[in-house]
Amino acid sequence: MNPSSTHHQRTSNEVLLNVNQVAKSFGGVIANNNVSLNVKKGEIVGLIGPNGSGKTTLFNSICGSHPIDSGSIVFKDEEIKTFSIAEIARRGLLRTFQHTKIYTGVSVLDNVCISFPRKKIPSYLEMFNRLSKETIAKAEDILKFVGLYEKRFLLAGSLSFGQQKLLEFAMILMSEPELLLLDEPTAGVNPTLINGLIQRLIDINRRYGVTLLVIEHNMRVIMSLAHRIYCLAHGEVIESGLPKQIKNSKKVIDAYLGAK
Amino acid sequence: MKSSLQKNLYGYIICIIVGIFIPLVYPSFVVQFAFAWLFIVMALTWDLQGGQMGYNSFGNIVFFGIGMYTCVVLQIIPFFSLAEWSEGGGEKTFTHTNAQYFRGLLLGILASGFAASLIAAVLGSLILRMRGHYFAICTLALGVAVGEMVSGIEILGGGSGISVPVWPEAAGSIDNRNLLFYYLALGLFALCFLILQLLLRTTFGGTLNAIRDDEDKAEAMGIAVVKYKILGWVISAFFLGFAGAITGNMVGFIDPIDVAFAGATYGVWMILMVIMGGKGTLWGPVIGALIFHVFQELFWTYLLGWQRVALGALIVIIVVFFPKGILGYFQTRSQVKNLSRST
Repeated sequence: MNPSSTHHQRTSNEVLLNVNQVAKSFGGVIANNNVSLNVKKGEIVGLIGPNGSGKTTLFNSICGSHPIDSGSIVFKDEEIKTFSIAEIARRGLLRTFQHTKIYTGVSVLDNVCISFPRKKIPSYLEMFNRLSKETIAKAEDILKFVGLYEKRFLLAGSLSFGQQKLLEFAMILMSEPELLLLDEPTAGVNPTLINGLIQRLIDINRRYGVTLLVIEHNMRVIMSLAHRIYCLAHGEVIESGLPKQIKNSKKVIDAYLGAK
Repeated sequence: MKSSLQKNLYGYIICIIVGIFIPLVYPSFVVQFAFAWLFIVMALTWDLQGGQMGYNSFGNIVFFGIGMYTCVVLQIIPFFSLAEWSEGGGEKTFTHTNAQYFRGLLLGILASGFAASLIAAVLGSLILRMRGHYFAICTLALGVAVGEMVSGIEILGGGSGISVPVWPEAAGSIDNRNLLFYYLALGLFALCFLILQLLLRTTFGGTLNAIRDDEDKAEAMGIAVVKYKILGWVISAFFLGFAGAITGNMVGFIDPIDVAFAGATYGVWMILMVIMGGKGTLWGPVIGALIFHVFQELFWTYLLGWQRVALGALIVIIVVFFPKGILGYFQTRSQVKNLSRST
């Protein structure tokens, strides 16, 4: 089954994220050189490329981890290149990291509860709100969805690696992002669990209406997941298009295996 | 579901009864008991900062000292010239009347917490953007620097310190004074404990824990981390300021380095008490402070000359055998703190 074909009609033409001519260099190392890409509402877009091709740098640029040298990043018709990480997150653009990041010192359920949507800076009074019954119920629903409901009262740090990954998804879902940037979601995941993970990502996209931009090394995963794919090499976009086109592109094959 | 307040109701009632009546049963230990409550408050405030928020501050003693100085200044200036007071030293004696003393004391104690909080807000907005070790080192320097700076302010008595208004004769013997400060300390502890317990059950407490466990993640989830951190520090400073005000009046004379900004004693002790009891737990600081205080008093009484060595040995034993603190040692996984279950 090719999941992309089954829900392709859900994508609209509304551009959610527009990265235009973004450049970023660290000293003499040019990490991103005039990178342009766009993500439409409802899409799953893949970002591939060999190691060191600038994928994570691009993610960091989009999320506000560092200032960019030139270019523009527009999210929901708003220029976000000068915003801080948290300001961008509050607008509904969230990310995951290459390493799973959860709050290890509290329970699984608290991890999800405390990730309630934070669309604006709370007032001093709002900072002392209690968790509402609805928030807790919603967190429990999401934990059922990712399959961690039975473990909800355990310390999050005691979960296995794969379970922590699921918990991270649950936290993201709780905060209701519009666009989610996933940095290598299958890294370190047991091959037998990868299929389940792909299905879950598709569910996130379909059921929760979250648009996804995914960095992925595993070609099988990205080909079955993404509607469109961009390929980066040496900090530049060398190819973009449908998975089928990318698979057969000479430029992409050369970038990965080295040109003859 | 029963809240933990209801579950522990009998425990609380026993604590309150013991707290109220123990100075009447053992009147010669009133000052020690008062210090016990003050130490618990110091440990609780440090734990909010170091245990719940994960920002190890070595400079919280600043707020203690600021509370102390704010209180003494406000006890003096409504009635006397501060310059003459601090300059006069022993030569010229000032005496508060009964009414003056209590009015000044009330004003001073009330203001001390707010003054400390204000300073925390200003300092926090400057240095709470730093993280981890950088923050810790910065606060270490801060604690030393503020003490030295205050030693240079002549109107506050400079390096030779400033004396606290003397207990008025009309208010009875010195035992009454000790009893008053004992109950103030007890009240402060009760207030601090209850408020922290309530705060930690809100999303504020949960968010502080999130910042402690992974600040990058918290930020990436849209949490206004700096605002939460500053507020955490302000609350911590608030109660510490009150503790300073009460301590200053109990000690009777404020030396800038040895009493007010006493980084080497109170400043380190408040951290040790938390580590002994268990970081990031509500009862850990309470237990840690009590044990620390008892051992400290015993060592000073029976091992004089070797008291610091004994205290050092105790700390080593605790760190080696109870790295998570005494409460952490007994806490099993099933007792994970649960924000969502306590609401």
